[in-house]
Amino acid sequence: MRDGPEAARTPGEPVPALLKNTPAAVSRDIPRAAGRRFLSTGDDRKRDRLPAPMNTVAAIEARHAAGQRLRERLFRGATLAAALLVLLLLGGVALSLAVGAWPALSHFKLAFLTREIWNPVTDQYGALAPVYGTLVTSFLALLLAIPVSFGIAIFLTELAPVWLKRPVGVAIELLAAVPSIIYGIWGLFVLAPILQAHVQPWLIRWFGPLPLVGRLFQGPPFGIGILSASFVLAIMVIPFISAVMRDVFETVPDVLKESGYGLGATTWEVIWQVVVPYARTGMIGGVMLGLGRALGETMAVTFVIGNAHRIGSSLLAPGTTISASIANEFAEAVGDLYTSSLIALGAILFLITFTVIALARYMLMRLERRALSSL
Amino acid sequence: MKNRRAIRKGVNLLALGLSGVATAIGLFFLGAILWTLIKNGVAGLTPAVFSAMTPPPGSSGGLLNAIYGSAVMTLIGILIGGPVGMLAGTYLAEYGRASYLSSVIRFVNDVLLSAPSIIIGLFVYELMVVRMGHFSAARSGVVTGLLLAVARISGETAPLLFTALNNQFWSTNLLAPMANLPVVIFQFALSPYPNWQQLAWSGALLITGSILILSIIARVVVARLNPAGRR
Repeated sequence: MRDGPEAARTPGEPVPALLKNTPAAVSRDIPRAAGRRFLSTGDDRKRDRLPAPMNTVAAIEARHAAGQRLRERLFRGATLAAALLVLLLLGGVALSLAVGAWPALSHFKLAFLTREIWNPVTDQYGALAPVYGTLVTSFLALLLAIPVSFGIAIFLTELAPVWLKRPVGVAIELLAAVPSIIYGIWGLFVLAPILQAHVQPWLIRWFGPLPLVGRLFQGPPFGIGILSASFVLAIMVIPFISAVMRDVFETVPDVLKESGYGLGATTWEVIWQVVVPYARTGMIGGVMLGLGRALGETMAVTFVIGNAHRIGSSLLAPGTTISASIANEFAEAVGDLYTSSLIALGAILFLITFTVIALARYMLMRLERRALSSL
Repeated sequence: MKNRRAIRKGVNLLALGLSGVATAIGLFFLGAILWTLIKNGVAGLTPAVFSAMTPPPGSSGGLLNAIYGSAVMTLIGILIGGPVGMLAGTYLAEYGRASYLSSVIRFVNDVLLSAPSIIIGLFVYELMVVRMGHFSAARSGVVTGLLLAVARISGETAPLLFTALNNQFWSTNLLAPMANLPVVIFQFALSPYPNWQQLAWSGALLITGSILILSIIARVVVARLNPAGRR
């Protein structure tokens, strides 16, 4: 166990200072080795000549130890190989996306990213509409989900009585376990009609005439569209964001909170002025993870977004996202350029999510490091 | 002074009340989804669902081939992903705790797990690895990881659209298109035929019900193994 990390290190990697210092590393092992030698070949030569028991036991132990070391090494090799397989998998995905996307990218050049047109008949493709749909739905989803998730996290960590914490926490987590296709049919058959009949006319009536933001809420209430997709996405990411927030809230030391209460702060003041500043990085990390999920979500969005390759100025209009386009069209795509354009969309999505997750990880890592150093 | 105090108290009550409301919203959506599924799904949940093939439009039938297909694919996914995930998780938890390589692998896992499933065909490796790695295999139990993975992949639709395709008939050939619940739900729900839509709801109820039960079992197992657990 002690030498685990050392063995795991790849050759090209820098060696920590402690290990460079060979005398220290060796001297650490000397007592053990010397001790063993002392036992078997030490002063008492007679021991070797003693009949069976001692000698055999020692021999068996030695063989046993050797076998154990071998098994240990094999096991470690197997676990390392499995872990590396994951790396390979990512590399494979990235490579196949790059290769598949190349024809479209080399044909349309950078215009692929800036054009809205998507016409399989004339073989003209641009990524702007799906990219726009992906970013806007995810952003709106976060806008709706963050306050709710924050509230849930507060409720679970600061408010709920102990007997209520577990069942409510589990119920919220179960929201994450519901398959996305269920969200899809629920969104299409239950949520969209409700939005169409009640929420969207209200939005059009009150927000439509406003300057600037008004354009976002004009047009007929379709039911399905960017707004409905954002709604469904929001419900889907709430469990992820609230789970992370709850976990980081729980890392806040009680001493800090109690100091706050000791000064006469109310529960809310403690949350807002002690817990939130302490947990800020982790909260942002959680939001980013939720964003990563929202960006890539496919089935639920495919059901409710309307799948129209255009950028409507209104949030109520149908649109499309990258993953919905792929899910809808990939199986029916004819022609190399069509297929390749869809794969190029996939590559763009992959890049976006990769960046988002990388940022999220980085922030959570910083938080972890701080938590460790404060111990 | 007194006024200020009242304001602070009011803000406090308002904020805490809103957090309660937020929780209620979350629970409401879970309830709404389950209620919809039960309301629409139970009516079609006849024995035929478990004993007949998916029908052509307009005639009666069941979901037998789809259920079978989903079970087989989940099983194979677990058989492939399980060992890989457990080994990789063990590596992360035991050998590579602090090394540079392991943080890279953890990171890649996160990317794979959150990355669009539609891009990544097979979903189970990363799942298993992350479950095992993050929850630390020894403590939370391997069973839990497996159950959670089953729950996750049996509802996964997007990758199957292009890989498993679908099949109207009974097929046990692993190399041919095979029926499976998520894709059947997808096709039937969006079809104009009432009997297909009914089957889609029943299938949805089945799959969600089993996944929720699996998730709850997994959590109970965690609680048992980990009595001093944080939740």
